[in-house]
Amino acid sequence: MSVLASLFAAIPVPAAETLGGPLTTRDWIVQGAYLAASILFILGLRSLTKPTQARLGMQQAAFGMLFAVIGTLLHSGIITYTWIIAGLILGALIGYPMAMKVAMTSMPQFVAFSHAFGAIAATLVGVVEYRHAFEMVNGVMPGMNHGIAFAVGFEVLFGALTVTGSFMAFGKLQELITGRPITFPGQNAFNITLIAVALLSLGVLTYDPTQAWAFYTVLGLGLFLGVSMVLPIGGGDMPVVISLLNSYAGLAASATGFAIGNNVLIIAGALEGAGGFILSIIMSKAMNRSFANIIFGAFGSAPSAAAKAGGPVKEPKTITSEDAATQLAYAGSVVIVPGYGMAVAQAQHTCRELHELIQKKGGQVTYAIHPVAGRMPGHLNVILSEAGIDYGALLTDVDDANRVLQTADVAVIIGANDIVNPDAEEDKSSPLFGMPIFRPWTAKTVFVVKRGKGTGFSGVENPLFTKDNTLMIYGDAKGVLGNLVKEIKALDEGH
Amino acid sequence: MLQIFQLYVFILAGFVGFIVIQRVPPLLHTPLMSATNAISGISLVGAIVAAGGQYGKLATILGFIAVVCAATNVVAGFLITDRMLAMFKGEKAGNAKEQADKKAEAAK
Repeated sequence: MSVLASLFAAIPVPAAETLGGPLTTRDWIVQGAYLAASILFILGLRSLTKPTQARLGMQQAAFGMLFAVIGTLLHSGIITYTWIIAGLILGALIGYPMAMKVAMTSMPQFVAFSHAFGAIAATLVGVVEYRHAFEMVNGVMPGMNHGIAFAVGFEVLFGALTVTGSFMAFGKLQELITGRPITFPGQNAFNITLIAVALLSLGVLTYDPTQAWAFYTVLGLGLFLGVSMVLPIGGGDMPVVISLLNSYAGLAASATGFAIGNNVLIIAGALEGAGGFILSIIMSKAMNRSFANIIFGAFGSAPSAAAKAGGPVKEPKTITSEDAATQLAYAGSVVIVPGYGMAVAQAQHTCRELHELIQKKGGQVTYAIHPVAGRMPGHLNVILSEAGIDYGALLTDVDDANRVLQTADVAVIIGANDIVNPDAEEDKSSPLFGMPIFRPWTAKTVFVVKRGKGTGFSGVENPLFTKDNTLMIYGDAKGVLGNLVKEIKALDEGH
Repeated sequence: MLQIFQLYVFILAGFVGFIVIQRVPPLLHTPLMSATNAISGISLVGAIVAAGGQYGKLATILGFIAVVCAATNVVAGFLITDRMLAMFKGEKAGNAKEQADKKAEAAK
């Protein structure tokens, strides 16, 4: 009880247990550290609105975290430090090499993994809190009221769901399990039943906190739901899943704050919850799909994806890298539309080489980056920046990019597919219909760099490839771009 | 009463987060996610309380695991965010769009 009570005591509002108890100097210091941390977190996030200030702002936020940790260590409720210090050191030893070694292309997996770790912590804290309160006086829980029981239940439900959900997302992104949706008949009904049972158990726990079975049911169902809800979601929808898990991880952290009566947890969790929520909305808008459709739709699970009837199938035209290089070398304006295929092929550095060559020849190169290009929000921006491309050349607004495409001489599609599929605008029966897309076919010529014939992640045919001004260059993105660079250099030597 | 105050804090913080984060450009959406992820490693605070509070052996063990996981989350989250943000270079920021606009006008 002492810890819960003292945590409440640290909050400058009259909690039942501490009515009339004055704040000690230590309490003021702890609360001051928490307040400073909260302010630094908000300022850090605000700094992300400007790329020039972002780095400094986030470094300050890291100091905010340090304040929060130091503040907690000063807390009167902490009795032994051995395990805390050991845990902090071990965590730093695991986290440091992880962050320094991870490739920018693997960022989605990394973030999923990191979500899982934060959620494990929140879930375990929930279990400790519940057990602690439960063990106090044989079956009666003086420290547990309905509100706290709800918070602890909510915490383990969302925490557990985020743990397994993130590991599933990690597995799909890392291709340990298939990126295709895994479905079975009655799946949605099954999941909805599970959610209903979980919420019911949460209700029981809130009504009668002594019902330990309800607590463990919530925990178990949370773990199970994370798996069963991510299972039917395809790899192309990962940006939404990761954003949602981001939001859930924040909510779990916030609930921890409610459970142990700690404001900095509530604030930081709410910030992440809001961030994940906004990103989920932006992502689903960029795909013109609702949350429900993404979670329950199992997009692209039908392998056939309705091969369109009628009309002879046109064969896409191809172009040799030599001819393509000539056109690029004399183009005034080139727009590159990268997709996840560029990231997979690690072609960003070769792409920058090509970019610089075209620029030297007097052409202008810009990039059209779709909100859902890659496997997480903004993924391609990071990958191109890693290659040293100036972010001023990155167009992240679909309308802006389409305006530039209209006056472009050449549009080069590298490893992208669904985000340039004209069916999204022209074919009402297409599953992509209504998704805001780039219109590369409005440029004079379109080059499509593609590993081979076949459909994108959604499994939908792309009529862009058979348009009159589209020319295909088959091959691995890195290899193709390497050839283009070589050919353009050869042009120079030929002079 | 206490929980009402907590709800106030939660809703206001969520509101602030909503307003601030909405203005983050798509360019920085990946760092945004890793940043909020790092910040939510604040579960570390709860983990520290669980590990150091002498709630019993099991609680200490669970708390210890929680501290390790949360500390990993915090350290890795902030480092990777910093690594990413260091990559964004833009001496000629805004150029692409401006030039494109100019060109579009000239074409008219």
